[in-house]
Amino acid sequence: MPENKHRSAPIDTAGVKEELLKSYPAKVARKRAKQIVVNDLAGGESPEINANVRTIPGIITQRGCTYAGCKGVVLGPTRDILNITHGPVGCGFYSWLTRRNQTRPGSADEENFMMYCFTTDMQEEEIVFGGEKKLRKAVQEAYDIFKPKAIGIFSTCPVGLIGDDVHSVARDMKEKLGINVFGFSCEGYKGVSQSAGHHIANNQLFKHVIGLDDTKSKAKFRINMLGEYNIGGDAFVIEELLEKCGIGLVATFSGNSTYDKFANSHIADLNCVMCHRSINYVADMMEEKYGIPWIKVNFIGAEATAKSLKKIAEYFDDKGLSEKVAEAVSAGMAEVKAVREDVRSRCEGKTAMLFVGGSRAHHYQELFREIGMKTVSAGYEFAHRDDYEGRKVLPTIKVDADSRNIEELKVEKDPGKFRARKSEEELKKLSGRGFEWKDYNGMMPDMESGALIIDDISHHETERMIEIYKPDVFCAGIKEKYIIQKMGIPCKQLHSYDYGGPYAGFKGAVNFYREIDRMVNNGIWKFIKSPWQANTCLVGKFASED
Amino acid sequence: MLLRHTAKEIADREALVVNPAKTCQPIGAMYASLGIHKCFPHSHGSQGCCAYHRSALSRHYKEPVIAGTSSFTEGSSVFGGQANLLEAINNIFTIYDPEVIAVHTTCLSETIGDDVPQIVNKAREEGKVPKGKYVIHVNTPSYVGSHITGFSGMVKSMVAYFAENSGKKQKQVNIIPGFVEPSDMRELKRICSEMGIKTVVFPDTSGVLDSPQTGRYQLYPKGGVTVKTLKTIGDSMGTIALGQLASGPAAKALDAKCKVKYEILGLPIGLNATDRFIDALRKMAGVSVPESIDEERGQLIDILTDMHQYFFNKKVALFGDPDHLVSLVEFLSDIGMKPVHIVTGTPGAKFETRVREILKDKVPDVNVRAAGDVFLLHQWIKNAPVDLLIGNTYGKYIARDEDIPFLRMGFPVFDRIGHSYFPTLGYKGAMRLAERILNAFLDRQDRDAPEESFELVM
Repeated sequence: MPENKHRSAPIDTAGVKEELLKSYPAKVARKRAKQIVVNDLAGGESPEINANVRTIPGIITQRGCTYAGCKGVVLGPTRDILNITHGPVGCGFYSWLTRRNQTRPGSADEENFMMYCFTTDMQEEEIVFGGEKKLRKAVQEAYDIFKPKAIGIFSTCPVGLIGDDVHSVARDMKEKLGINVFGFSCEGYKGVSQSAGHHIANNQLFKHVIGLDDTKSKAKFRINMLGEYNIGGDAFVIEELLEKCGIGLVATFSGNSTYDKFANSHIADLNCVMCHRSINYVADMMEEKYGIPWIKVNFIGAEATAKSLKKIAEYFDDKGLSEKVAEAVSAGMAEVKAVREDVRSRCEGKTAMLFVGGSRAHHYQELFREIGMKTVSAGYEFAHRDDYEGRKVLPTIKVDADSRNIEELKVEKDPGKFRARKSEEELKKLSGRGFEWKDYNGMMPDMESGALIIDDISHHETERMIEIYKPDVFCAGIKEKYIIQKMGIPCKQLHSYDYGGPYAGFKGAVNFYREIDRMVNNGIWKFIKSPWQANTCLVGKFASED
Repeated sequence: MLLRHTAKEIADREALVVNPAKTCQPIGAMYASLGIHKCFPHSHGSQGCCAYHRSALSRHYKEPVIAGTSSFTEGSSVFGGQANLLEAINNIFTIYDPEVIAVHTTCLSETIGDDVPQIVNKAREEGKVPKGKYVIHVNTPSYVGSHITGFSGMVKSMVAYFAENSGKKQKQVNIIPGFVEPSDMRELKRICSEMGIKTVVFPDTSGVLDSPQTGRYQLYPKGGVTVKTLKTIGDSMGTIALGQLASGPAAKALDAKCKVKYEILGLPIGLNATDRFIDALRKMAGVSVPESIDEERGQLIDILTDMHQYFFNKKVALFGDPDHLVSLVEFLSDIGMKPVHIVTGTPGAKFETRVREILKDKVPDVNVRAAGDVFLLHQWIKNAPVDLLIGNTYGKYIARDEDIPFLRMGFPVFDRIGHSYFPTLGYKGAMRLAERILNAFLDRQDRDAPEESFELVM
C-alpha cells in the first residue's frame, strides 16, 4: 500500500478494538480487552488500562526479559564496570553491544569495557553441580586480566533455579580483591518484562554504588539526569546543552556514565527524570535518603527541551542561570525553526503510530506534533499504569504475584548525608508557581481523546492496526521493523534509531524532523509495484503476426 | 582503541569467556525451523530468549522473523512450564494457523526438566492440536554445544518427526545444507537443477529470509521445505549432508530410521570442497556433470590463477563456526594463503585435529582452538600479526584497532548486506569469496601505496 489515502471520516475506535480481538481465543480476548483502551478523556480523567501484566504464552510479543532490562538497559551504558553475565553463553552474547549506547571515555587510556562481552559460559556440569565455583574463578580472572574498579554479576535463568548465590560470591570477592563487586538477581523469568530488570538494577545501584563518594563539586547548579541511555548520542547533546547553560551534570543514569559518577551522584541538588519507567525507583530512593527532589523532564522535542531547561532554571531560582537558559533556548529554537517549518510543509496531516519502550512512545509524540503529524495510536512495550495514566494512580495499582517478587528497598534518611535542598517555604513558593514535584502525568492526557491505546501490542494487533489506519510511519523496534516495512509502511526504530540520531535536544529535533521527512516523503516506496503490475491489461497478438 | 584492554600477554583462563565466538543452541533451532514452510518456531522458556533470537536473526537478515514464547514467569519456573506450553499451542494454532509448531527448549525449561513430548501429547489429547497439524520439538539446553548444534538438533528432529518409508523409492537426493544462508540454500538447489537432479533441501530458508518487498506482508512467506516434501525424505536415493556438525546427525538418523544411505561432506566452500560435493552428487544421482558446471569451475580457476600473486603467502586469522572454518581453511590454503590463527566457540576436539590435518604441511604451527573466544584470537593476532581477518561482525573492532583488512563471514553479520542474496557455497560462491578477499587486499594496497607505485592496473 504505497499510496496513502487519508480517511476523511474518523475511525470508530471501539469498532477497531472489537476487530483486533475477534480472532483471539475467548480467554486471550478477555485479557487483551483490558490492555486495549479507547482514550476517553471526557471526564477529565484518563481511562484505566491494564499494564505490566503477563504476556500470554504463544502470542508474538515485543517484550524481552528481566535480564535484558537490568544488564542491557540500565547497566549496559556504563563503560567502566566490568559486567559478567553468569549463565550459558547466549544472554551475554545477545546483549553484547546491541543496544547502541554510545560512550566517550575522557582519554585514550581511561577504562572502557563497552566493547567487551564477559560470560561464565556455563556448561552442563555447572548446571548439575552448581556454578558458584566457576563464577568465583571468573571474577578472579577478570580482575587479574583487566583490573577494573568494579565488577557487576548478572544472573540468567538457570542461576536462580540451581540456587547459585551470586550475592555471596560478590561479597567474598569484594573483600578478597578490594574492589566493588555486586550481583544482580535478574533472572529472565522474574517479572513480566524488562521492567522488572530496571527495578532490580536500580535497587542494586542504590545499595552498592550511589553515595560512596562525597567529593564536592565546584558547579553551582548540580543535577543528575536519570533515565537517559545515550542511544545515538542523545546524552552528548544534553551534556552540551547543560554545559552551555552552566548547569553542572554530576551523573547520568546511565548514558555515557562511569562508576565514579554514580558513586558521587548524591551530591546533586536536583534529579531530572527522563525515562520515568526505568529509573523512577532511584529518584524516589535518593529523595528519601539524601533529600534530592526530583522532577520529570523530557529532552525529546524542541518545545519539551525548552520547557525542561526552564524548569531546571526555575528550580535553582537564579537570575544568571535563567538568563543563560533563555539564551540557549532562543539559540536552539532559532536553529530548529527553519527546518521545522520546511519539514512541516511536507508532513502536516500525516499520521504516526508508536508502540515502543516505557517512555519513548510518549516522548516522541512531541517531535511528531512539532512537524504537524498526528499520533493516531500508541502504547508501551513494558510500562506500568502510571506511565499511561499518571502517578496519581500509584496507590491504586495492585501488587500481584509478579510484582511482589521484586524487592522494595526500605530507605531511610541518611543521618550524615541527608540535606534538605529547599526550605519548606521555597518548596511552597515553587509549587505555587505550578511546579510539579515527582510527578508524571503519563501518556494518555497528551493524546487525543478517542485514540486507541494498546499496551504490550501483539504482532496480530500490529498487523491489523496498520491495515486499518494505514499510518505514514510506525515506530517500534528491530523485531517489528521488517514486518511493518513488508507492509509497505516505513518503520522507525526508537530503540536503536535505525543507527541514526541523536534525536534529543534542539540538535536532535532537527535530525528527527529530517529523518521523518525522508521516511514519509521519499519516493522509494513507490517502486514496489512493477510497471506490469501497475498496469495489468493483458497484451496479446494475433497468431498471424508470427 | 576500541578494545583497549586486550593485552598481548596471554593469561590462562578457565572460567571467564571474553568475546564469545559462539552463541546458544536455541537460536540455531529457531533458524532451522524457519526453513520449513508454514512453520512457527516456539521458544519454551522466558520471553528474553525469544526476543533475543528474533532480534539477532532480524538484524542479520533484515527480514521479519516470527516466533512465539512460553513467557515463563517465576511461578512457571517453579511449577513447570506445562500450562504455559499448552496455552501457547492453543493460541498459536488459533491465531497464527501454522502447519507446524517447532518447539525448542531453553536453559530454563531444561533445568526444570519439562518434558515437551509429554506436554504436546497432552495438548493433542485436549484437542489443542488441530487435525493434520504438527508439533515437533528439540531439546536445546543453552549450556550444551552452540547455535550450530541447536540447528543440527532441529534438523534431526525434522527427520524424527516427518521422515517416512512409503516403500516406494523416489528418484531424488536429500541435501542437508547446514547452518548456511538462504542464498547458499538457493545456490545448492540451482546447482542440483543444473545437474538435472531432483533434490529435497532441508531445511530451506530461501524464500523465507530473503523474501521480496511486495507491499504485502505474509506471516508465512512462500519459501521453506513443505511437510509433504519432508515426508518423502525417507524414500530418497540418498542423503548428502553438508557439514559434519550441523548436518551429520540428521543424515545418520535418517539412515537409521528409513535406511537412506548418506554421505557426510564438508561444506562446499572453495574449490576442493565443491569438487567433492559435485562428485558425490553425480555418483549418488547417477548423472554426469553438465558443461555449465564445468564452466563455472573453470571460471573460478581462471580467477585464482590470474590473481594468485595477491593471495600467495598472505596470513589470515579466522573465527566462526566449525563446518565453515574447516572448508574455508582448506580453500585459503589451496590458494596459497596461510591461515595462522583459527578459533571457534563451538566445543569439540575434532575441530582442532581436522584443521591441523589440513594445514600440517603449510602451517604446521597453526594456532587453533575449539571452545575458544575472540579475545584469545585478538591476543594471538597481537603476537603474530596477519594480513586479513575473517569473521562475523564482531571482528570489526579488532580490524579497526589493528588496522587489518576484514572480511565479514559467518553469523551474525549485522552491519552489511549481501549474505542473504549472494552465496559463498559452490564454485560461484568461491568466486565471490575470492573477489571479496581480493577487494580487501587491493583496497588496502591502494590505500597504502606510495604515490609513485599507486597502480592503475592490478
